[in-house]
Amino acid sequence: MSVRYSFGGDDHVFVEIEEQMSLEAFFKSLSITNSVRESQISGVTEICPANASYQIKFNPDIIKPEDLLLELKRFEQHAGSSGRRLKTRVVDVPVLYNDPWTHETLMRFRERHQDPSGTDLDYAARINGYDSIDSFIEAHSGSPWFVTMVGFVAGLPFMYQMVDRDRQIEVPKYLRPRTDTPKLTVGYGGCFSCIYSVRGAGGYQMFGITPMPIYDPDQGISYLKEFMVFFNPGDIVKFRPIDRETYEEYLGQVESNTYEPKIRDFDFSLDDFYSDRDQYNRNIGEALNGD
Amino acid sequence: MAIRIKESGLATSIQDLGRPGYYHLGIPISGAMDRFAMRVANLLIGNNESDAGLEAVFMGPVMEFTEDSFVAVTGAEMQPRVDGELRETWASFAIKAGQTLSFDFLKQGARVCIAIKGGIDVPVVLGSRATYTLGALGGLEGRALRPGDALQTVSSSTKSVEGATVPADLRRLPGNPAQIRVMPGLYWHRLTEESGTRFFGDTWKVATEADRIGYRFQGGNPLQFVEREQPFGAGSDPSNIVDSCYPYGSIQVPSGTEPIALHRDAVSGGGYFMLGTVISSDMDLIGQLQPNMDTRFVSVDMQEAIRARGQRNTLLNKVRELLN
Repeated sequence: MSVRYSFGGDDHVFVEIEEQMSLEAFFKSLSITNSVRESQISGVTEICPANASYQIKFNPDIIKPEDLLLELKRFEQHAGSSGRRLKTRVVDVPVLYNDPWTHETLMRFRERHQDPSGTDLDYAARINGYDSIDSFIEAHSGSPWFVTMVGFVAGLPFMYQMVDRDRQIEVPKYLRPRTDTPKLTVGYGGCFSCIYSVRGAGGYQMFGITPMPIYDPDQGISYLKEFMVFFNPGDIVKFRPIDRETYEEYLGQVESNTYEPKIRDFDFSLDDFYSDRDQYNRNIGEALNGD
Repeated sequence: MAIRIKESGLATSIQDLGRPGYYHLGIPISGAMDRFAMRVANLLIGNNESDAGLEAVFMGPVMEFTEDSFVAVTGAEMQPRVDGELRETWASFAIKAGQTLSFDFLKQGARVCIAIKGGIDVPVVLGSRATYTLGALGGLEGRALRPGDALQTVSSSTKSVEGATVPADLRRLPGNPAQIRVMPGLYWHRLTEESGTRFFGDTWKVATEADRIGYRFQGGNPLQFVEREQPFGAGSDPSNIVDSCYPYGSIQVPSGTEPIALHRDAVSGGGYFMLGTVISSDMDLIGQLQPNMDTRFVSVDMQEAIRARGQRNTLLNKVRELLN
């Protein structure tokens, strides 16, 4: 891993841990940014971990750019084995795959898609070698996902599939971005899944929709009262396919403000995960559903 | 109530100096695009520099005051009128209960900052009153103003005077063509040397897609990329990267055709390469660019960027001395 440092103007440092995506790169990014946050360097105003990189915004009137750069390089050297464990949580995210709302939207923007003759799910299943939409959905919901970045717009999680690289789903983004995406669409682009936190433009393929709000600027939703954004980098997500009836039931609970997402604490170890990924993922599933 | 919005202009929103600290969750800093102008507008009427005012783009609002107040308008050259009578920009003036504030045509620049005595009183959300419309956050219900909206101001005991003014040499607006200073970096190495040189040699035009999220430019040569093997997780287009953070002011060029400089309501990250970043002292100037305006990007290094930032700080300090 050759870490690359670059200034973004006179008030950002941009650090690319690795040019390609990997869990190793993400863990290093998370570990370094956690150290930066703890050290409370005066003049640092934003600390942003991303998939395989991170970014620091600073006030150059308070800390000299080259001094900050030296500090960050020191953190890189010390980001060793302690950064391979993570006290985090596993979150159950119910998904109505192949739902009518994303279907309506994807038909509306069909001329911007690689394959106008089918749906986004048809296309993603085919180019990833699945013989049916059902087996593709099984793969998407079968393994857990790491939230490796939150952003683009407020509260949107980027998620990375926790399987061997040769089993990872990959799909290109739309040829030209849509001007509309339903709120809470479960999307996919490159090797990342995402959940659109707000309605708006988007270029990711659309697979389904979750009834579970993940961003609430009014902070009226019970589990978003303390903070308006639900996800944090480092969270683990497990998608659960649901039918239309269950979707409506959850939606009713959201409306009466009684919906509570299922969340369990989890002590994640990258090395244990690498030693047997499938078994480790089953452990994650049990931690979430075992009670 | 202190102010009733009768006409809202094109996109008028409540802004202050922004909401730092939440960019890692996709919540951008927001705040006035021309922060210098917002600070000066507040200083002119004895407000705190961080008080909330209005930012109006291309076309001003029409506002009826229900209480006596003081106002200052800075930034673009778009003269205010009180009951139809012209007032100067970059100057404080009084307005009486029952009078209406409106605006003349835009002559130069793009955005005015309107400071009102005491500052606009909306709830402080995550440390700021700034409006972030994409996330429906801050300001008035997280949106641009509409006709019929009523605004309150914070009561203030500070003394305001009429006729405080800032001379022309202490104001800032872009020239024509606009010169925007950029530090090459980030994924600059993705460009061929020839293409990188041409980017700074070309004259670009501001596109119509220019808003608080970012400014798009057109008319320069398409960029040429260095050959590569696609990194895992990046898209197949040569302009794609593994989704990363985007610095404020960073210039991304999707498919290598039209550069976009991100601004205060930036999308916080994504999968397009960036060739460099507008230096902090010139971010305010981008907020004053009109569509179709000729723009040159000027390559600078860190030393020049820090010097330019120092000059801007000096300018602001002169205004503070003058008005305090």
